[in-house]
Amino acid sequence: MLLVYYAYMVEYRAELILWVLSGSLPIILMGVWTQAAQQGNFGLSPTDFARYFLAVFLVRQLTVVWVIWEFEREVVEGKLSFRLMQPIDPAFYHVISHISEKFARLPFAFLLIGLFFLLYPAALWLPSSSNLFLFSIATILAFALQFVIQYTFAMLSFWTERASSIQEFWFLFYLFLSGVIAPLEVFPPVVRTIALFTPFPYLVNFPASILVGLPTNIGQGFLVMLIWGVVFFGLNRWLWRKGLKQYSGMGA
Amino acid sequence: MQRYWNLLTLFWSTSIAAELEYRTNFLVAAFTSLGGLAGSLFGLFLFYRTGYTFAGWRWEEALIVVGVFTLLEGFSATFLAPNLNRIVRHVQTGTLDFVLLKPISSQFWLSTHTLSPWGLPDLMFGLIVVIYAGSRLGVALQGYLLSLIPLTFGLAILYSLWFMLGATSIWFVKIYNVTEVLRGLLEAGRFPMAAYPATYRFFFTFVVPVAFLTTVPSEAMLGRTNVGWTIAAAFLAIALLFASRFFWRFALRFYTSASS
Repeated sequence: MLLVYYAYMVEYRAELILWVLSGSLPIILMGVWTQAAQQGNFGLSPTDFARYFLAVFLVRQLTVVWVIWEFEREVVEGKLSFRLMQPIDPAFYHVISHISEKFARLPFAFLLIGLFFLLYPAALWLPSSSNLFLFSIATILAFALQFVIQYTFAMLSFWTERASSIQEFWFLFYLFLSGVIAPLEVFPPVVRTIALFTPFPYLVNFPASILVGLPTNIGQGFLVMLIWGVVFFGLNRWLWRKGLKQYSGMGA
Repeated sequence: MQRYWNLLTLFWSTSIAAELEYRTNFLVAAFTSLGGLAGSLFGLFLFYRTGYTFAGWRWEEALIVVGVFTLLEGFSATFLAPNLNRIVRHVQTGTLDFVLLKPISSQFWLSTHTLSPWGLPDLMFGLIVVIYAGSRLGVALQGYLLSLIPLTFGLAILYSLWFMLGATSIWFVKIYNVTEVLRGLLEAGRFPMAAYPATYRFFFTFVVPVAFLTTVPSEAMLGRTNVGWTIAAAFLAIALLFASRFFWRFALRFYTSASS
């Protein structure tokens, strides 16, 4: 099944490249921050910033989730009914399609990163193998957490037709607290402490910092991710059961 | 001309009437836009927190750029996105035929057919930020008026680029997300150009002219207008408008509709 979805994604190669390119925000911010770090006093060097934002770019490419838009459409159009007749949980299809899309997307992302190092060789670095290993685990977990959270919001489409607007609101917090706009090191201490209790920094800042080798509390990071993952997973299953009753109540 | 004007009022009053059916959505949009503004202010604050300033831009001056950027976001959410992102769908489903059959310019129809009040909160908050920062800096009325000139050019540039990208869907039906790339790059308008390294500045002036969208109007408002830049903006805007028109005509020659 992975192969089927992979083939399907590769069909839409042009579209995929454009999606990769539309994630240019970290690269833009990299410019502003490296420029700022040359004069200002931020505790990180320009090269640190360049590496950090490159890692952010990679993490975002690997953890993009769009399940809510598909799920919402399936509910509104009633297509979910066909999925329900099959003996596997519908979530399974979404997971598989996301994972295979990642594999189809990776070559382009790596191509861009290669291009970047050609243009800016000073930023080239080799993460240690243990960091690389931790980074892979953190990224997989970040993807899983992101997916579970968004799939939980998707459940709300049983009750409202516009569950995706909730997701958009959530995305704002994600954008500004996860470390996409700046590494958590440069946040004011109060904001940073609060942010560390939310799931956001672990979705981007945590894996990116590991890859770059910035100091991070690895144990705490994995623990918080696990807790939020369990919370959202429980909520998700509960809403799923409630929502199904609501759905069949609609006569579909 | 009169006919186009009547059509415009008709299009927009019907679309506003339709959108008013979803009043809670509007509330959500207002919250989202407020959150977005708070976030971009926070993002800017991170730079100024430690005493660093973008070369030649004080905090309030940088705020004006954020305000203009928010205004532009509101403008594109209200006028551009609902219309121009739909061109792809017209091409895909073949309904472009009906548009072409109408006795008015098809570019006009496609560019103005709907309007979405979703961008109104952004327009409002953007205006508030600009006026707040402007009054802190003592910007005179003529400063605001003067900035309207490059701002209009900026809007024309943005429209033309967006429309041309939308028109490419005639050839590449599948790439409905090509405008997302443009949108991603436009994010660079949050900061004045002085904040970027030289290569970025070059890119955002000559390749994707983001500089003309936010930095040049803000400079005009602050009374630092460089006549050369304004003329360049005017030239670019007019050239791109004509280009979008020619490009659309050219693209239509390759349009093979769904049925015929």
